[in-house]
Amino acid sequence: MTTTTENTLTHSIDIGSLSRAIKTKDEVVDTCLKIEDLNLFYGEKQALHGVNMEIPRKKVTAYIGPSGCGKSTLLRCINRMNDLIDTVNIDGRILLDGEDIYDKSVNVADLRRRVGMVFQKPNPFPKTIYENVAYGLRIQGVNDRRVLDESVEKSLRGAALWDEVKDRLNDNALGMSGGQQQRLVIARAIAIEPEVMLLDEPASALDPISTLKIEELINELKEKYTIVIVTHNMQQAARVSDYTAFMYMGELIEFGETTELFTNPGKKQTEDYITGRYG
Amino acid sequence: MIKEWFKSGSPWVWLNAAAVSTSLILVVGLLLLIAARGLGHFWPADIVEYQYLENGQETVVIGEELEESLLPAQQAKENGYQLLNNAEFLEQRLLKVGNRDLTGMDFRWVQTQYIQQQQYPEELVMIERREWGNFYGRLLAVKENGKIVGQGEQAFQAAQDRLEQALDLFEEIEQLQKSEVGAINYGLERLRLKQRSLELKDQWNAQSEQDFALQRAEYDKQYQTLQQQLADLYQKIRRDSLVVKAANGQQMDIALEKVVRILQPNAMSGVEKTLEYGATFIEFVTAEPREANTEGGIFPAIFGTIMMVMLMAVIVTPFGVIAAVYLREYASQGIVTRMIRIAVNNLAGVPSIVYGVFGLGFFVYILGGNIDQLFYPEAAPAPVFGTPGLMWASLTLALLTLPVVIVSTEEGLARIPKSIREGSLALGATKAETLWRTVLPMASPAMMTGLILAVARAAGEVAPLMLVGVVKLAPTLPLDGNFPFLHLDRKFMHLGFHIYDVGFQSPNVEAARPLVYATSLLLVMVIIGLNMFAIKIRNHLREKYRALEG
Repeated sequence: MTTTTENTLTHSIDIGSLSRAIKTKDEVVDTCLKIEDLNLFYGEKQALHGVNMEIPRKKVTAYIGPSGCGKSTLLRCINRMNDLIDTVNIDGRILLDGEDIYDKSVNVADLRRRVGMVFQKPNPFPKTIYENVAYGLRIQGVNDRRVLDESVEKSLRGAALWDEVKDRLNDNALGMSGGQQQRLVIARAIAIEPEVMLLDEPASALDPISTLKIEELINELKEKYTIVIVTHNMQQAARVSDYTAFMYMGELIEFGETTELFTNPGKKQTEDYITGRYG
Repeated sequence: MIKEWFKSGSPWVWLNAAAVSTSLILVVGLLLLIAARGLGHFWPADIVEYQYLENGQETVVIGEELEESLLPAQQAKENGYQLLNNAEFLEQRLLKVGNRDLTGMDFRWVQTQYIQQQQYPEELVMIERREWGNFYGRLLAVKENGKIVGQGEQAFQAAQDRLEQALDLFEEIEQLQKSEVGAINYGLERLRLKQRSLELKDQWNAQSEQDFALQRAEYDKQYQTLQQQLADLYQKIRRDSLVVKAANGQQMDIALEKVVRILQPNAMSGVEKTLEYGATFIEFVTAEPREANTEGGIFPAIFGTIMMVMLMAVIVTPFGVIAAVYLREYASQGIVTRMIRIAVNNLAGVPSIVYGVFGLGFFVYILGGNIDQLFYPEAAPAPVFGTPGLMWASLTLALLTLPVVIVSTEEGLARIPKSIREGSLALGATKAETLWRTVLPMASPAMMTGLILAVARAAGEVAPLMLVGVVKLAPTLPLDGNFPFLHLDRKFMHLGFHIYDVGFQSPNVEAARPLVYATSLLLVMVIIGLNMFAIKIRNHLREKYRALEG
């Protein structure tokens, strides 16, 4: 584990032009993920253009931007989900605690254990609630009932779902409501105790009340995990995130503290987007 | 108006409805026809007695009426029939007269014009025998060791009582012969093979010779005891006989051991007939065939069919699923994979007899021949696996149905949502783990669909089986009490082939015809049963993994 103790302000200026400096107010920022010169191609088409950014540990970082701007693609680079698409080519580096996750020696399954992910649409497995949460541990070969019981309860509590489902752990997860399913998926991700949680528009398929619950949950989760969230919804980004990155056409336009970015955007494009002039 | 009507789409709806109802009517009609023709056979029909006057000769004809036919006068004359009273039609009736041992034929056409008198006397009996088919006529007396013990009115009751004993004895004898004597023969044969194999390995010495002689003596001793038991039983069963009189007045004795049932159908009430009908049908399903398959039951054929289909399912499922998983999940989707997929699809269109030829040429002769050489040298020159048998039949059918399973499993795999796979991968599962824990269980209903189609096709297939293992009459079932219990090398009987055999290879066409229908009905029922079983499993799986619909 490496900790970046230098002032990120200077560092980001070193890296280059597009990423705006994180306003740190001289506070020491602990970088968890560092993306360096990341280019991504779908076949011939380039989807990400030289992205550089540093994602701080145990904070919520939000990606905003219009549809098709590459924010989900960037998110899926962090746990190498894009590897599943044959035509994708990636160059550049992503450092997780200083180690390049695209290095040949990295085991993808291990990486994904450290970087959990929650998708846009709830995707529980057609199994019981219990087995859904225990899935990750079972994959790791844990079959001790006591360990599993404990982990399931802890994870469900962590996802603020325990009280709702504790009496029906052996029911099929598909019988739950959409909001419950999404929290179940979060619990499933927590159960394997990752360092980073990637949330890909986790609330976009949910009703307002469920959305609120998810947002509250994110606030709690950031005490333990580094969270990166993609969202369409700028209010949501403003509510839940500490840092916000604005992307446009595969480029990172601006990255900074959320309050700063929303109140005093540094780029014209950012301002246009935030004030609703496009998207 | 008309244009409007066409525009509204109702003609289209009507056309669809008509197509559906036509198909339904055809299917239902087919089943009804088979059922009516087949099931009617077991009904204890009344026995009619005609006073028959043909060309000045008066005779008595006794039998069951089966059907009537009308021949136009012109045609009848051309065929050399005479018509009395200038009748417009020649009316004929087909009678099952039985008594093949006396008259040489079971069936006879009688012309209504010659019938002087027609009656249904209650005392007429139908005696179903193990040889020579049914007897129709009158029961005169029952004899025990040649002495008459029941006569006239009491004869029928006495015969029934004694028949029950005789049937019990017969069953006991069968049981002894089949299982006990069978086991001894099987043991002796194994001893012989063991000895031969030891000799081939040059390990045959005085010591083993002594051992074997001891074992043989043991078997011989068992056999002697059994022989004694059997002799006793035979003596008991041969004690009784029936004295009967046929329609032409001829008297004869029928040994009770040869009798399956005695009925007086004209004296039976509807309820009694129904009970008898049930018993006959159950016998048909559970008993072994007699008299070149035209009498008795079809149990070995039912058993063989189900056994073969189950074995086929056990073989085809893993093969098909593994092949489909590779094609869909691991193979790169290039030109080669596409070619393979096309080839697999085309395999489903290859005529089934071609699979039979392949099975015979490859499985039986090459594979089986080599297996015999390697593992059963002691049996030579008699083949063990180098001859058609249950295993090769199942394998051939597995090959035949493989494309169906591959195609439907592939479709099932393709239908699993990407989000489920990603969800599993995102939790740190490898591709193989994702497959085993999530994708394959979710695709299991599709696999079952493939299996259902495979079973339906395999159970109805006859042509390839004739080459690779089905026989007209198998002396033993492929499953019995002798180690190793399941004898994959044995030949077996099959309902489809049984239909063909009874219908086209039988010396007694009229007797066989209802059996063709009844056997067809059972084949359909077996297939429906197997499918219902598979569909039940599939529905259960679907319920469990219903995420697919979401």
